[in-house]
Amino acid sequence: MTMTSTLTKPAVADERVAKRNPLQKLLGRPEVGALVGAIVLFVFFASVSQTFIQPNAFATVLYGSSTIGIMAVGVSLLMIGGEFDLSTGVAVISSALTASMFSWYFSMNVWVGVVLALVVSLGIGFINGWILMKTKLPSFIVTLATFLMLTGLNLGLTRLIGGGVSSPSISSMDGYQAARAIFASSVNIAGVDVNNTVFIWIALVAVASWVLLRTKVGNWIFAVGGDANAARAVGVPVKATKIGLFMAVGFCGWILGMHNLFAFDAVQSGEGVGNEFLYIIAAVIGGCLLTGGYGSAVGGAIGAFIFGMANKGIVYAQWNPDWFKFFLGLMLLLATIVNLIVKRRAELK
Amino acid sequence: MNAKQIDQQQLLKDEKDPLTHTPVHLLSLESVGKHYGNIVALTDVTMAVDNGRVTCVLGDNGAGKSTLIKIIAGLHQHDEGTLKIMGEERKLSSPREALDAGIATVYQDLAVVPLMPIWRNFFLGSELTTGVGPFKKLDVQKMKDITKKELADMGIDLRDVEQPIGQLSGGERQCVAIARAVYFGAKVLILDEPTAALGVKQSGVVLRYILQARDRGLGVIFITHNPHHAFPVGDRFLLLKRGRSIGYYDKKDITLDELTAQMAGGAELAELAHELEQLGGHGDIVKEVHGEMADVAPAGGRAG
Repeated sequence: MTMTSTLTKPAVADERVAKRNPLQKLLGRPEVGALVGAIVLFVFFASVSQTFIQPNAFATVLYGSSTIGIMAVGVSLLMIGGEFDLSTGVAVISSALTASMFSWYFSMNVWVGVVLALVVSLGIGFINGWILMKTKLPSFIVTLATFLMLTGLNLGLTRLIGGGVSSPSISSMDGYQAARAIFASSVNIAGVDVNNTVFIWIALVAVASWVLLRTKVGNWIFAVGGDANAARAVGVPVKATKIGLFMAVGFCGWILGMHNLFAFDAVQSGEGVGNEFLYIIAAVIGGCLLTGGYGSAVGGAIGAFIFGMANKGIVYAQWNPDWFKFFLGLMLLLATIVNLIVKRRAELK
Repeated sequence: MNAKQIDQQQLLKDEKDPLTHTPVHLLSLESVGKHYGNIVALTDVTMAVDNGRVTCVLGDNGAGKSTLIKIIAGLHQHDEGTLKIMGEERKLSSPREALDAGIATVYQDLAVVPLMPIWRNFFLGSELTTGVGPFKKLDVQKMKDITKKELADMGIDLRDVEQPIGQLSGGERQCVAIARAVYFGAKVLILDEPTAALGVKQSGVVLRYILQARDRGLGVIFITHNPHHAFPVGDRFLLLKRGRSIGYYDKKDITLDELTAQMAGGAELAELAHELEQLGGHGDIVKEVHGEMADVAPAGGRAG
């Protein structure tokens, strides 16, 4: 964005524009606070732990970041669109359970289950968005309800169909190896195993950034989050945009759900509770405003990376991981304050 | 009241019904009414809008101005009467439908999304794109250039179309919204209290843009509670009170003083003075209200 505007600057520049230098322009970007935080954190862990900067350890950090980051892409877009979703954590597990239980119960190729899981994930997103638009209740209430219902469904249906708290192993079924190769294997790059999720994550961030900044839909996402009434008044399809965002979150949940399933061969039905906050934290650290209308997909990715670094860095620094949550809370607070200050200063100038 | 009520036929200009070629209004309302449940918000309102004319809708808070524009802008649907666009009876079910019919609305407070850059706001809902299929992308440079040019044509010299629109002053924001409506080929431009939150100078700027829009051949509906803003730019005036029309005048049939008097409601001021006198102890206020009454009386000597 900065590139194009500098390249095609009019020959006679307005003298009032010159006052805003490139540095201030950079500081005005939503993800800059998170970027500074990420660099500080990286330098910090690199100095306290030798292992942290080893390629293998760093690949592990990236993998940890990607499992949060994939969801953070969808959650960031949704937050820019002015809503948030508390059901994401368990919806990931619902997706994984759907794929494994369906394939196992009907003894089908796992790909049938994978496709069905996609339908279910998009469906959960659609229902969240549709109820929200119909009732005009806050997304907090609607998605809290879906969160509770999905938690119950995950446990109840798994016991009813499989007779246990975890889904039965599907490792010997048709299509398992192929699906595993896509969703849960690694690629060796210069002697370092990098998990596929890292590439999926980067691809999702790139697509989301492009959609957000360079397409009509992206314009609408900013608008419905910034001021839904204004957006509606100029003809933006507010309902479709918001429902679409919830479905995008569902899509990200499906990818992560498939990874969870094929990284092992079974899923614990009680998992996922609490993860929804990690995704929201990543988005907020990345500079997405809770009130909507401001943020970026790259910011969410940096937020997830910060999370991954803190999570694994504590282990590499050989500290007690008990401290991780405290650390995370502190990071969240600092990052949001930095974002706020940076944004205010940049906009005032 | 010695002012003569408007004669509809007289006001018809050159617009012709596309099928019958009989003269029609660009937009006309006949006995339009609206109720929310058992609350009557608007009843029996008749008005017309024509090319190159400014129709002012005047009224105090709660007079039904908002309901009226919401019906024309497609946010609400009327329950009674008829709304005609180019002589064709319509019921607008969404803002999109109103826009497609050439009716653009500039709202007092929700004209724009504050955090978004000016050019994104300008093209919001009608973005320009290049490319095909899944690679269809925004034509950013073209949109920026057009925004800059259109605003310059309206006489607004902006520093940078990339800055968030929330940083502009209230008057500038109104002007961006007006320029946007003009650019997107609006035939009818509804302005909801564009001068309400502005200072004297800024109001003057906005009024000038209203005239510019008129001179470009748009039919303008100017909603306001300030007769001093309405009179200089308006061609006809619809006065609303408690959801009813209390007068519909052509400019040549009414003076600013008469308009002000009708707006302020001389009778109500008298009642207020009477009530205050009964309560006692408000001598200074009573005096002020009496002064006000003298001011707004049709025969009052106050000049514009």
